[in-house]
Amino acid sequence: MQLAVEGVRVAYGAHAVLNDVTFTLEPCAKALLLGPSGSGKSTLLNVICGLQTPNAGTVHLGDQQVSAGNGDTIRRSAMGIVFQTLRLVSALDVRANLLLAQKVQTGARDEALVERTLEQLNIAHRASSRPHELSQGEAQRAAIARALVVKPSLLIADEPTSALDNANTQKVADLLLGLADKAGTTLLVATHDERLKTHFEQSMVLEKGRLAA
Amino acid sequence: MISLALAYLKDRPLTTALNVLLLAISVAMLVLLMQLGNQASERLERDARGVDLVVGAKGSPLQLILSSIFHVDQPTGNVPFSSLALLRRDPAVARAVPLALGDNFVGYRIVGTDESFADLYNTSIATGRAFSEPFEAVLGADVAAQTRAQLGQRFVGSHGLVEDETGDHSHDSEPYEVVGILEPTGTVADRLILTPYESVWNVHGIEHGHDEHDHDEHDHDEDGHDHDGHNHTDESKSDSDAMSPARGASPGILQVESATLDPELTSILVSYRNASGAIRIPALINRQTQMQSAVPANETARLLELLGASISGLRVFAWLLAITGGLAIFVALLNMARSREGDLALLRVMGMSRVQVFATVIMEGIITAMLGAGFGWLAAQTLMMAARAGIATLDDLGLKVWQFGSGEAVLLIAVLGIGALAAAIPAWRVYTMDPARVLARS
Repeated sequence: MQLAVEGVRVAYGAHAVLNDVTFTLEPCAKALLLGPSGSGKSTLLNVICGLQTPNAGTVHLGDQQVSAGNGDTIRRSAMGIVFQTLRLVSALDVRANLLLAQKVQTGARDEALVERTLEQLNIAHRASSRPHELSQGEAQRAAIARALVVKPSLLIADEPTSALDNANTQKVADLLLGLADKAGTTLLVATHDERLKTHFEQSMVLEKGRLAA
Repeated sequence: MISLALAYLKDRPLTTALNVLLLAISVAMLVLLMQLGNQASERLERDARGVDLVVGAKGSPLQLILSSIFHVDQPTGNVPFSSLALLRRDPAVARAVPLALGDNFVGYRIVGTDESFADLYNTSIATGRAFSEPFEAVLGADVAAQTRAQLGQRFVGSHGLVEDETGDHSHDSEPYEVVGILEPTGTVADRLILTPYESVWNVHGIEHGHDEHDHDEHDHDEDGHDHDGHNHTDESKSDSDAMSPARGASPGILQVESATLDPELTSILVSYRNASGAIRIPALINRQTQMQSAVPANETARLLELLGASISGLRVFAWLLAITGGLAIFVALLNMARSREGDLALLRVMGMSRVQVFATVIMEGIITAMLGAGFGWLAAQTLMMAARAGIATLDDLGLKVWQFGSGEAVLLIAVLGIGALAAAIPAWRVYTMDPARVLARS
């Protein structure tokens, strides 16, 4: 599904966090949004997800314009999101987290897909573990699994490798790309981690709220 | 939403258990008070239906009503048998039912009466036939069920109105024969053994001579308790002195010194033919005889008023407990809303609407309240079962357990409302939460 961001501006008073951000991701594209902390990456992701309304500009996912009004619906039906810190619901084990995501986002449970995804991400042995029992890497993989089991059209990952070493960074990057490829999903990864640059065909750099040319 | 709410509740088991316990205690108290109050008043009303007046020996009118209609207390004394005929001759009296008490069989009172008793309680014979001769007995439905008595079986009554476990006071020489069993009526009649009043006279010496059965030999501790400041034994003796020369007999025991004396009854249940009876007869009895008349409606109302004051106090306490339970849920959920902000933001990001997240928190409050209400109701029923087994009066009142009436339904809905209300503010905080800000903070 195509993601089109056009002329997005977010400002707090005179301070512009995002300024005229425009880009397009074609269906099944895998793109990296690079930028240091404070460059506006998270704000841009919030706007794309419909969690924040921009002062100007539009976001379209397919033929639907994303706004705060329909953000819930679009996130539910089309998006899988992996956050750096907010990964899993603490009261549920890994399997229940995945099933909850399916139930919330698709209205149905597909236990076979859940088990398959856990296997693919090599965390099937942690399916009954609670989030606080997981290592950093396991939690990150569980969060990716949760985002994938809803079969999203757009998979967004925010700083998926920030706390990982080189080997695990490599693994997560390969995993995201491989799974997105397999599922035919458009992938947008926002990070300050330059190590990922080599893995992606399309890279954008966000600096002080503007996309660098 | 329900499974998520359950997961959150299971995630903090101690807090959940304490909140449930607080609510359960209050619900148990409220259900107990409600059921005891309702069942007692229903029972009192049902048992007293059709009885406009009770005529008995002077003493506490409440005691007279309790002993003659509800069969849960000792009688005040005896009245002359001739008073029955006098009452029946009065044009304002539609029905006068004689009662002769004094004995029991395994705790069930043996009531000497005549066929008018069946009319009063609108009973009919389920099996067998009505009594026609002395020492023929018709059992109430509960008595038959509990004792598993069959037609033709014989039993011996024990002296006194409560069960004689020692057997020392058995009237061994005067066995009763079961000739009939009554249909269940849902009234006190179910727990009585009916026999002609002559049986009770015979057992206590009219035909066999009083020397053969000297009541002075019996220990009547159960009759000597103090009630409303009166001592039954003393009181009944004074009544007996006034009504007949009999001495030394305990209250409720028909007392006749010899066959030439007027035999006695314990009391007479009167139904009026018309309203004029209600004005004239009680005044006549109270002023011109040594008997007293008691109006069941008045005494029952007085009893319920006395009970009502205590019940109201306890009810206020129980509601305070329920509100405390609600506050505990409120505090727990408010803390939860703060500590689980991240989780809830994640759910919002996953696409859960504000309303769904709001409902999840409300559901936690409702589930806690539901568990409290359920356990409370079960505890109340269990306590009532235990109380019925341990307290004879409750058993005599026919206290029913495992009853779920409209009152309980309203109570449970109110408790669920408390749970929802307690969750409302935490849920509102979650509803108005901005997930983007939470994400930015994290």
